[in-house]
Amino acid sequence: MRALRNAGLVTGALIVGAAVAIALFAPLLVPHDPFAQDLSRRLIPPFWMEGARAGHPLGTDQLGRDYLSRLIYGARISMLIGIATTIASGLIGIALGVAGGFFGGRVDDAVLFAITARLSIPLILVALAIVSVVGSSLTVVVMTLGLLLWDRFAVVARVATMQVRNLDYVAAAWAAGCSKGRIVLREILPNILSPLAVVATLEVALAILLEAALSFLGLGVPPPLPSWGLMIAEGKDYMFFSPWVIMIPGVALFIVVFGINLLGDGLRDLLRTGRVA
Amino acid sequence: MTRLLEVEDLEVGFGDVSAVRGASLAIERGETHCLVGESGCGKSVTALAIMGLLARNATRRAARLSFDGQDLRGLDERGMSRLRGDRMAMIFQEPMTSLNPAYTVGSQMAEVMLRHRGGTRAAAMARAEDLLGRVRITSPGMRLGQYPHQLSGGLRQRVMIAMALMCEPELLIADEPTTALDVTVQAQILRLLLDLQRDLGLAILLITHDLGVVARVAHRVSVMYAGEVVESAPVEALFAHPTHPYTSGLLGCVPVPGKVARGAPLGSIAGVVPRLGPEFRGCGFRDRCAHAAPACAQTIARRAAGPRHDYLCRLEPGLAGDAR
Repeated sequence: MRALRNAGLVTGALIVGAAVAIALFAPLLVPHDPFAQDLSRRLIPPFWMEGARAGHPLGTDQLGRDYLSRLIYGARISMLIGIATTIASGLIGIALGVAGGFFGGRVDDAVLFAITARLSIPLILVALAIVSVVGSSLTVVVMTLGLLLWDRFAVVARVATMQVRNLDYVAAAWAAGCSKGRIVLREILPNILSPLAVVATLEVALAILLEAALSFLGLGVPPPLPSWGLMIAEGKDYMFFSPWVIMIPGVALFIVVFGINLLGDGLRDLLRTGRVA
Repeated sequence: MTRLLEVEDLEVGFGDVSAVRGASLAIERGETHCLVGESGCGKSVTALAIMGLLARNATRRAARLSFDGQDLRGLDERGMSRLRGDRMAMIFQEPMTSLNPAYTVGSQMAEVMLRHRGGTRAAAMARAEDLLGRVRITSPGMRLGQYPHQLSGGLRQRVMIAMALMCEPELLIADEPTTALDVTVQAQILRLLLDLQRDLGLAILLITHDLGVVARVAHRVSVMYAGEVVESAPVEALFAHPTHPYTSGLLGCVPVPGKVARGAPLGSIAGVVPRLGPEFRGCGFRDRCAHAAPACAQTIARRAAGPRHDYLCRLEPGLAGDAR
């Protein structure tokens, strides 16, 4: 139970766990319909400020929608984008990295070229270009980010595969007559999963931030979906008189990304010291 | 009946380094054939070349490479992987790293069986349990469900042996199987290998640099030096009449209690194994040999020193022996 003694890991896991739970049970948790507008109740401040009203603990936005409800539904969008993007980019990156590390030679050259090419692409710019051409929807955002964020997976999978490929138990598997596919799937993949798990947590955080950035620029998930980035974008016109409309989603974003990074760091420490010979 | 394994004039090169230079070996069914020599002389590479497991940058050529009459040279990867683990198996030096840490012992063993023989997983597990018992692991049923990190080095090497035996191979190549183990465990593993060989009629190609092991287990010994088999003989003949200067040098390095005076320096052969290129001719040992002469730079013919005993040196039998 070394995991419980790692404060960062525990904190991170609690934050991420809470975020996931909130996302999953959003319909049960919200006090109001996050899409219901009420122009007579616009820009009510949150509970700690003067003028707060019962029933809207975090106030309302410029259209009179309950801010807490939108924040809770926003967690759904963020977690969904973070996880779906990471799965898509993980599949691409791990496939490329393992192929390069396992086959070496020309395949590896091609993979390295792809990684270098990907690293020289400006993320936000290309994402913006794609979304503005194809049109914005949740699926497009996930696919775009998935196609752009596989580089770290590929780099880590490639190096880990190269290390594992030369270990004795892989040689033993060859000697036992295993085929290439079997060696990759049964011998190599399970043994490179721990570094990849760490990469995955970092990618979830990155994807959430990128989605917020895209939404802020107006090319992420389309309104009226309550994405945190979109909430900040919509609130920016009111920030001088009602700063909470950008503060609240900003803080939520910060806490979730911070929690995921804590979890990733803790996981890395745990897996590094927990390795058995 | 043909010999189980015949290797003639095997050459393996890595770029401009010749790791094996015309090695020949023949292994009879049920025989223990020891391949000895110091580090870097091509023993392991020879074994890997037989199994077809050389690294991609290696080149392999042989005048003859046949297993049970079947030519291995023309066999493609698919054909080789059908043989490997089924009719010829291999165990490695490092038991600590030769098992996949991600799976239980049982599932790794069953895997080999399912791959080559098919059948149900339950049947494969039963066979695995039976074999773990045969390699004298206590409570084999419990061990099946354990992961490699829960086992000691000796236990893991037993598991490796049991795993190699899953499909009842005819040839077992053991690359220094006891080097990484402590002495008492070494003895147990060797005894186990011999018992298994007697019971199963297995041929073993045992790679080692421990002449004490050779004397105990071998039927036949091939001494390798710088990529060549410099002497090959039945074990008694080799120990009684070492003919190649390198063989006698090796035997001279073994301290014998009572014969070697306390405090006297242990025997050694000065120098190291040279790295030879493909253009090298003549005897690879000549730089370290007490009998070296200009004629040693010529191509040396293989000569007979007795029944089934041949060597690769220009000297007459009996001359090299006094190097001791």
